Amino acid sequence: MNLRDTLTLSLTTVASYRTRSLLIVLAMALGVAAVVVLTALGEGARRYVVGQFSSLGTNLLIVLPGRAETAGGFPGAALGQTPRDLTLEDARFIGQLPQVRRLAPLNVGVAELTAGGRLREVTVLGSNAELLPIRHMKLSQGSFLAHGSERSAQIVLGSVLAREFFPDGRAVGQRVRLGDSRFLVSGVLAVQGESMGFNSDEIAIIPIDYAQELFNTESLFRILVEAKSRTAIEPAKAAISHALKLRHDGEEDVTVITQDAVLATFDRILTALTLAVAGIAAISLAVAGILVMNVMLVAVAQRTAEIGLLKAIGAPAADIRRLFFAEALWLSLAGGVIGFALGHFGAWMVRLAYPLLPAWPPAWASVAGVATALVTGIAASLLPASRAARLDPVLALSGK
Amino acid sequence: MIRLAAITRVFRMGDQEVRALNGISLDIASGEYVSIMGPSGSGKSTLLNVIGLLDRSDSGRYELDGTDVTGLSENERARVRREKIGFVFQSFHLVPRLTAAENIELPLMLEGVAPAERKTRVDAALDAFDLRDRAFHRPAELSGGQRQRVAIARATILRPTALLADEPTGNLDHRIGAEVVALLEGLHHGGTTLIIVTHDRELGARAHRHIAMRDGEIVADET
Ligand SMILES: Nc1ncnc2c1ncn2[C@@H]1O[C@H](COP(=O)(O)OP(=O)(O)O)[C@@H](O)[C@H]1O
Ligand SMILES: [Mg+2]
Repeated sequence: MNLRDTLTLSLTTVASYRTRSLLIVLAMALGVAAVVVLTALGEGARRYVVGQFSSLGTNLLIVLPGRAETAGGFPGAALGQTPRDLTLEDARFIGQLPQVRRLAPLNVGVAELTAGGRLREVTVLGSNAELLPIRHMKLSQGSFLAHGSERSAQIVLGSVLAREFFPDGRAVGQRVRLGDSRFLVSGVLAVQGESMGFNSDEIAIIPIDYAQELFNTESLFRILVEAKSRTAIEPAKAAISHALKLRHDGEEDVTVITQDAVLATFDRILTALTLAVAGIAAISLAVAGILVMNVMLVAVAQRTAEIGLLKAIGAPAADIRRLFFAEALWLSLAGGVIGFALGHFGAWMVRLAYPLLPAWPPAWASVAGVATALVTGIAASLLPASRAARLDPVLALSGK
Repeated sequence: MIRLAAITRVFRMGDQEVRALNGISLDIASGEYVSIMGPSGSGKSTLLNVIGLLDRSDSGRYELDGTDVTGLSENERARVRREKIGFVFQSFHLVPRLTAAENIELPLMLEGVAPAERKTRVDAALDAFDLRDRAFHRPAELSGGQRQRVAIARATILRPTALLADEPTGNLDHRIGAEVVALLEGLHHGGTTLIIVTHDRELGARAHRHIAMRDGEIVADET
């Protein structure tokens, strides 16, 4: 029997055992859909995290005091000695490196903000004018800390703070008190929302010198550095480490984290998670495969007399095997295609329900899901098909 | 030309041995019309199955159209069945999902005949067996006589040299049975070797050669 006739005949069979076929197709489809939706979720989570990191800034390096004990880990105290502080002098020195486009020193603390009879504790960032472009922040009103303005008492308010203290929306030009000092509001940040668990809508930003005075410290919390290009990130990292080692009497007492390294770690973890989840979903496909096998075995038993008839009219064993094979192929193909559609529909629903989560099923998952369905279906039909092909014609005709 | 020499077929049921065929020697020339009669369990069906290469003998030698077919492989026997043998059964054995026309088409599919030629040949068969208006009916929608006509059309669509009918009228009433036999006889007149197993003395008597079996042996062979 040629391929076309085999496929047509088996399709007729599949179509005429409607309930049985629907059941198998459903099981297969759910398995495939599970693979597609779950990988879409995993992939969505990965993209979300990657997106969050990217919103921190491009080509970003972070310099922090203290030495990382192991590569890629987070810094702890160097053995046997207190790490030397990072200073504004260090920052200025780094700023002269050719691989560095710009940098923003950073101090963080909490202080009381008072204005118009209101009082509230706020998180205060001390930095310079470069913070805005490095962190991709935007203003809704006024201007950011002006260049070379370290000694002028300006403050930039997060959008929530500005609304809270100046409900009339006219914050720029107003005077506020932070701790014991008076500041002039120069600008208001646009709504940024949460990024890496840090809500920049509720912070205040002041020049770094004022922040060090306010928090009574000489040392920096971090230095954010933007490299000139993506390829300059690693050279910049080496140059910074080297420069600071020189400045710190040969001690490697700072850590330079590149955003790429952190990102790559998260990327790896979440990709592994996605794969694991896809694997679990694939198990449901294996279960569907067992169902296919069972149903095919029952079909062989039910159609014994028919198999005998086919043999009596001269069908070789290979033809009979292929007929059952083709039945399984149709069932798993239908299951795969419907599951694919169902999965993409499910992912669409997820994206609709959680617009922040870019839950797009990766192409490999769709392909793998459908392929697994086909392979399982065909594998599951091997045993029943060969059992049918091996039946003794006389016994089969009598239905035994 | 069918030539059986000392054919035996033994079935084992636990420690019981049943000699369904006990040294059968038999020559049937091409174009003969033979009836096989005998009590139930005498080995008639087994003999027909061995002749039709559905079953193997345990010993003896079988020659079909001048070639030894005793030791053929399962696949080779399937090919010989397809090319030379047509089977008609008591219980019709139609595929329930397929229409009358599709049932008749099955052997043509197995043989790999092109669709266009298949259609012409199935149409001719539908006309020849008076099934034109039943072409698209499924077996469940056909009468017993119609079902057996579909089965005969299917058995003869590849123009076999021998037509083997195992109690073809067993599930039909007398009048319809006579019609079916007349149909088979028509095919015999066309040159096909016809071997009918039957319980019906009257039908059996119509054949030109009468073989009687008992306990796996031929006890009478008259023309
Ligand atoms: N597959 C089988 N297994 C065991 N015994 C069988 C088998 N087929 C036939 N027989 C036995 O062989 C003998 C002949 O059977 P059969 O050829 O069907 O007789 P008939 O067709 O004349 O009624 C019977 O005794 C039957 O029980
Ligand atoms: Mg019998």
